[in-house]
Amino acid sequence: MLAQIGITIAQWLVVVLGAPVLAGVIRKTKARLQGRRGAGIFQPYWDLRKLLVKEVVIAENTSWVFRLTPYVAIGTMLLSAFIVPVLTTAAELQFLGNIILLMYVFLLSTFFLALAGLDAGSSFGGMGSSREMAIAALAEPTVMIAIFAIALRAGSTGLNEMINRAASDPLLLLNPGHLLAFLSFFIVALAETGRLPVDNPSTHLELTMIHEAMILEYSGRYLALIEWASFIKLFLFLTLLGNIFFPWGVAVTLQPGAVAIGVFALVIKLGVLALGLAVLETALAKLRLFRVPELLSGSFMLALLAVISFFFLR
Amino acid sequence: MKLLLRKILKTPVVTESGISTVDADIETLGNALTKEVRKLFGRSLNIREVDPGSCNGCELEIGGLNSPYYDLERFGLHFVASPRHADCLLVTGPVTRNMADPLKRTYDATPDPKIVVAVGDCAKDCGIFAGGYGVVGPVSSVIPVDVVVSGCPPHPRAILAGILMALREFRGP
Repeated sequence: MLAQIGITIAQWLVVVLGAPVLAGVIRKTKARLQGRRGAGIFQPYWDLRKLLVKEVVIAENTSWVFRLTPYVAIGTMLLSAFIVPVLTTAAELQFLGNIILLMYVFLLSTFFLALAGLDAGSSFGGMGSSREMAIAALAEPTVMIAIFAIALRAGSTGLNEMINRAASDPLLLLNPGHLLAFLSFFIVALAETGRLPVDNPSTHLELTMIHEAMILEYSGRYLALIEWASFIKLFLFLTLLGNIFFPWGVAVTLQPGAVAIGVFALVIKLGVLALGLAVLETALAKLRLFRVPELLSGSFMLALLAVISFFFLR
Repeated sequence: MKLLLRKILKTPVVTESGISTVDADIETLGNALTKEVRKLFGRSLNIREVDPGSCNGCELEIGGLNSPYYDLERFGLHFVASPRHADCLLVTGPVTRNMADPLKRTYDATPDPKIVVAVGDCAKDCGIFAGGYGVVGPVSSVIPVDVVVSGCPPHPRAILAGILMALREFRGP
């Protein structure tokens, strides 16, 4: 029992404290690919620390939604960090929820961010909110179908069972349904976490912003909480991609050796995914907003094929 | 795509490491800057560029700071899109009538502690635009300025030095 509680808290701390460094690694890699030296990989921590002690400026015509949203954003992410199996599938917190709950907890934070973007009444905030909602609405069916494709094979929507089932399948990577679901979930993860080619996280041009436009009005500790929440969201999505689709190394018991391998595997998987993301963001331009639905409907098609292939090739 | 990847792989890191003769002081300047930023803002300084009427000459030089050659980001400095995210305002050009109010509101929207650096001769004393009918005056006539960087336009190195001086001054005697 004590080991259960210990590993659960350890997993949670890995997500919550490790998330900024993942963002730092992606930024550093992008800087190197652009021929720059770039900031150190721990720069996001310094940014957060500074923002936490700065003054908060709030527009005078905002309501309680604006002040509540940063806490909703960080609260939902701190909760999600309990649900996702990061190092091991043996921690018993299944009663907390499954992958469907997880996706809608993410959506709750998106919903409140969109409300807050509208709340200050600035033109860019409203524009960001409407775009974010459009993309969330397009991504939602794809997420659910991609999830069903994996859940059908696992026979459960519980994250632990899905990973265990995938880990016990020796011909995992030969299964077309699995690969199609991975592709579709990867594209949706890019859209949900606001990465290129859907949204550019490092843009300074308000007209092309989506996620950034909604948080233009935030300052000080509110901004720190929202930034931290978005780092955690990216970390969780990459962890889901790594652990559900490439389940090797995830500890199935609570033996110290197995957990150590779990940590090692997580670092390698996140490292590879972060490098891939950085290369992708360097090589790809942002899609024109009206072409984003095409990308997401392509992803929807892949997810649908993944589900269909389950019924043909059990 | 393949061409781009090959180009990326072939291009070395072009950020100056302080060996070059002309910009040898960029590295030392930047390191001093990092130290000051660390004391005041904890290794992270966000800059908002405000242009209340500049000819964009200064903007080119400020843009140069972001280029791979000067690479401002390695010192923990970063340009942001909103004054509410900023710790430092870089103001260029003479303040025109239409931009005087937005400049003031930008200043008010920036959370404390904040520093203001006026960049270029126009920001200092309106330069060649002095006395123009559309010009309110230099930046210091609208918002409090910590440091003025002269030059038309100033060298990126001078802008970096200006930010450094503002940080030192801000810390007080």
